[in-house]
Amino acid sequence: MNWLAGFFGDAAHWSGPDGIPARLLEHLEFSAAAFLIAALIAVPLGMLIGHTGRGALLVVIAANAARALPTLGLLVLVVLLAGVGTVLPVLIPLVVLAIPPILVNTYEGVRGVDADLRDAAYGMGLRGRQVLLQTLTPVALPLILLGLRLAAVQVVSTATVAAFVGLGGLGRFIIDGLATKTYADVIGGAVLVAALALAVQFAFLLLDRVAVSPGVRQIR
Amino acid sequence: MITFEDVTKRYRDGTVAVDGLSLEASTGAITVFVGPSGCGKTTSLRMINRMIDATSGRITLDGQDVREIDPPTLRRGIGYVIQQAGLFPHRKIVDNVATVPYLLGWSKKKARSRAMELLELVGLDPALAGRFPFQLSGGQQQRVGVARALAADPPVLLMDEPFSAVDPIVRASLQDELLRLQLELRKTIVFVTHDIDEAVKLGDTVAVMRVGGRLAQMAGPATLLTEPADDFVREFLGRDRGIRRLSFISAKEMRLSPSPSDLVIDEDGRALGWRTADGLAAYGTFNPETDSLRVALDAALLSPNGTAVAVDEEGRVRGVAGRDSIDKLLGEYAPPATGPAPGGSGGGSSSGAGDSEGAPA
Ligand SMILES: Nc1ncnc2c1ncn2[C@@H]1O[C@H](COP(=O)(O)OP(=O)(O)OP(=O)(O)O)[C@@H](O)[C@H]1O
Ligand SMILES: [Mg+2]
Repeated sequence: MNWLAGFFGDAAHWSGPDGIPARLLEHLEFSAAAFLIAALIAVPLGMLIGHTGRGALLVVIAANAARALPTLGLLVLVVLLAGVGTVLPVLIPLVVLAIPPILVNTYEGVRGVDADLRDAAYGMGLRGRQVLLQTLTPVALPLILLGLRLAAVQVVSTATVAAFVGLGGLGRFIIDGLATKTYADVIGGAVLVAALALAVQFAFLLLDRVAVSPGVRQIR
Repeated sequence: MITFEDVTKRYRDGTVAVDGLSLEASTGAITVFVGPSGCGKTTSLRMINRMIDATSGRITLDGQDVREIDPPTLRRGIGYVIQQAGLFPHRKIVDNVATVPYLLGWSKKKARSRAMELLELVGLDPALAGRFPFQLSGGQQQRVGVARALAADPPVLLMDEPFSAVDPIVRASLQDELLRLQLELRKTIVFVTHDIDEAVKLGDTVAVMRVGGRLAQMAGPATLLTEPADDFVREFLGRDRGIRRLSFISAKEMRLSPSPSDLVIDEDGRALGWRTADGLAAYGTFNPETDSLRVALDAALLSPNGTAVAVDEEGRVRGVAGRDSIDKLLGEYAPPATGPAPGGSGGGSSSGAGDSEGAPA
């Protein structure tokens, strides 16, 4: 508790390029960029694979790779390949980390839509793309959002590693704190990361409320 | 008119679901495909709107081969109702009904007002329009399914066991509703069921199919009941064919006698019962204008003296029909003997399965 009061109570922590607001902003920047890139790749891909049934193997590989993949290892690898000082070494591992949960859930959501419903949609005269966008996607939306939420939380937590390669973000407090044995900073940084993850979680629950049709939410 | 010309469907795994099917479904009439499970009814139906493509043969819609029409365009012009209604769970009822009008590019306002009209037409409370499908009972969902199929006023309606997932009472009322709608709309309907009673009740023409997708017999329901083509059809029709045939004979020509003094009638002209030593006894009624000979016979059997009470729409007594009148009418519609009868009925316990022309249905 003392440590927390020391960390959050210190006025110096609230301003300047290594203050909490600046670090938080950096952290959100990496995370948002990585998350958006991952979503832009994985949501359409998952929808397409779920709809056509082609490329399902890709989903299986992604799901398994996700479990086996060491984020830190990948980070070091990308640093070795791309060099220090760019954001690339941070973005690539985060994107790679975020894709599997989005891809798998989107795919499962779209593929899992009741066959009779899909059939009825075609029977009414919807074209393939209309079936996907007007029927399968709205019905699969809860699962798609779940995938996005898992990915976002993971990205926000893992973006801490940016500090390892000399970049900013909330990870700085933790890394620097460990280096200088300033444990108040380590704990303060960890608390901030956890709070951010919770906030992201909450934001997605709100989004779920707004975006998912009540007709779909009920039948789950 | 829809015609099947030597249509065969062989699935990729080699199953021949429909084998050389040729038939016609007349414009403005209900044609029922009936037969045991797996005989190819659904496959046949879905070849009409190209949810399945035939392996060989031709299906035409008013002379045009359906294969020449792009499937989504074809389907927007054909109403389609399936067993589980298949409503879109994320859309409100009104928008579910307006699906095809939206696809056809109608304005939202026009599509919705059309949807409201249809909800009323199928007997649904307009207050349900703003609900989601999960908030409706199975029977209500099925009505919405019918409304949705009718929304863009297609000339053709395909129905695949639309009423089989609801309880018998709801099913009967949905069937009555369909017949009522059909009087008004005169659509070309192809209706699939495995329930022979439903087939006989709804069909202007009934096509009985046997496993392997071959047509066993196609005829009007009355003809089907009196003249099953072979043992398979006879067995499929089940027992009581003679009695069930009476449903297709109108009681209009029944000779009525004035109501006798032992029928107690109240001041509004409605029957209260038969006077007996122990008080009033039960009675059965029929309306000669709208009911069939079967209802009249049933009414007679419900009375202790075998006399049916004839009433008008308001339930006022118009006279009675004794066994003699019923017997006379039965005699007029008895299947005429034309040579040796082709065997008895399926159960062998009743006779009268000879040849006859069916009464006008
Ligand atoms: N996609 C398919 N692939 C292979 N065989 C199929 C396919 N769909 C149906 N069949 C087979 O074709 C035959 C006819 O099936 P269909 O669904 O037309 O029967 P049905 O008369 O509608 O039966 P039910 O009353 O049970 O609905 C059955 O033997 C069925 O197993
Ligand atoms: Mg079927």
